[in-house]
Amino acid sequence: MDNLSLLAFGSDGWGDELLSGLLVTIQLAITTLPLGLLIGFAVAGASLSSHPWLRRIGRGYTTAARGIPELLTLFLVYNGIAMLLNGVWRWIDAEAGFVELSPFIAGVIALSVVFGAFSGEVLRGAFQALDRGQIEAGQAIGLSRWDLFRFIKLPQIWRFALPGLGNLWVNLLKDTALVSIIALNDLLRMTNIAVGATKKPFTFFLLACAAYWLLSILSEVVLAQLEARANRGIRRA
Amino acid sequence: MSFDTVLQYGHLLLEGSWLTIKLSGLALLIGAFCAMPMSVARSSDRRWLSLPVRVYISFFRGTPMLAQLFLIYYGAGQYRHELQVLNLWWLFRDPFYCALITFALNTTAYQAELLRGGIQGVPRGEIEAAKAYGMSTWLRYRLIVLPHAYRIAFPALGNEVILLLKGSAIASVVTLFDLMGQTRTIFAKTFDFSIYLWAALLYLVITMLIVRVWRRLEDRLNPHLRRRAVQRSSTPAVAVAPTE
Repeated sequence: MDNLSLLAFGSDGWGDELLSGLLVTIQLAITTLPLGLLIGFAVAGASLSSHPWLRRIGRGYTTAARGIPELLTLFLVYNGIAMLLNGVWRWIDAEAGFVELSPFIAGVIALSVVFGAFSGEVLRGAFQALDRGQIEAGQAIGLSRWDLFRFIKLPQIWRFALPGLGNLWVNLLKDTALVSIIALNDLLRMTNIAVGATKKPFTFFLLACAAYWLLSILSEVVLAQLEARANRGIRRA
Repeated sequence: MSFDTVLQYGHLLLEGSWLTIKLSGLALLIGAFCAMPMSVARSSDRRWLSLPVRVYISFFRGTPMLAQLFLIYYGAGQYRHELQVLNLWWLFRDPFYCALITFALNTTAYQAELLRGGIQGVPRGEIEAAKAYGMSTWLRYRLIVLPHAYRIAFPALGNEVILLLKGSAIASVVTLFDLMGQTRTIFAKTFDFSIYLWAALLYLVITMLIVRVWRRLEDRLNPHLRRRAVQRSSTPAVAVAPTE
């Protein structure tokens, strides 16, 4: 069988399997993004809080979540939450069987934990880059806290944080590959399965790399446009 | 939490840590060696010189390192015959060398890109002054551009050291018993969750040691900034590194 027919759709080729894997990869990244950002905002808020113990929690979380390998975080979440769930389950019903955490959910949680720690630092930097005078001006004209955040802080945080968040998004896309290790049927695992059946490892892994590469390049193009849009009206040095 | 498991298997964790350090340390050294000429080529005005390097950097930074590892470790099998003819099969048959090659190729791309940023950050005036002195290109790079570029890129290179060390945990997937690999085996044997926490602690200790060492080195490298550095010591030198 030549290389092209290996990629055919249907029962003969692997095109549809690989495409379904690619969709899982994209789903995983897109599901993680808002959750990770939410953790990021919380961590940035905690790190900048006036309560010393909140600051300590924020700093401790960032240090731990950024210093531990993503793969270890994934296993910590996957096995840790499964054990916790089973403990609770047994406590309710001693006869209960073993429940397993879905690899997709474990992946989303683990990747959010990591994304939250890194984006927390990016957002903290953006908060600190805000111009005090503008915030005072907003307070002076009587904006409520929410309006101040919405109209003055957020648009600029977005502008300051976008380059950093863009890098983190590309990292997130690549980190999704790790979830294939706990048996999620993402692009890399589907590629593995195809390799097992066809005995053409180089061809298929190169193809998987090409797909990830394409996603990264596409993301960079979109991010460059978002950045240009966020910086409209800013005079360039 | 009981300490039985870590007391029984702790020596394996330390052995694993040593493999993790060896693997990422060697890869970083090879990467540092290859990244220098590559970053010079990348910042060249000649397109035939800079374009291949750009594609190389983009590929290795745009794809997961795990996929790269599979491409080299499993992918080599597809060309087993050719590799045997070339007498290179021993290299690609061994998971340690495959992981080393992958990590080295990967970190070369990252280091080259960071160093390119450093080269771009060298003030125009210094380069013009070197040209005015009649320095050859070789001499200019050796004495003026690269030393300054390394100083500029140094904190970012420290981040890369930590990122590669963390990334090296995927070596466990190709049957290597690095810190992650040992941890997974011990967990499979004992089902004692605390072993993951010990492994996490070990990784944190290693990264913190790197941050310390790197700050010392940075201080050495920038003697002209030393007095100011004392005043600013509260700002972290390595941005992604864990803050204390």
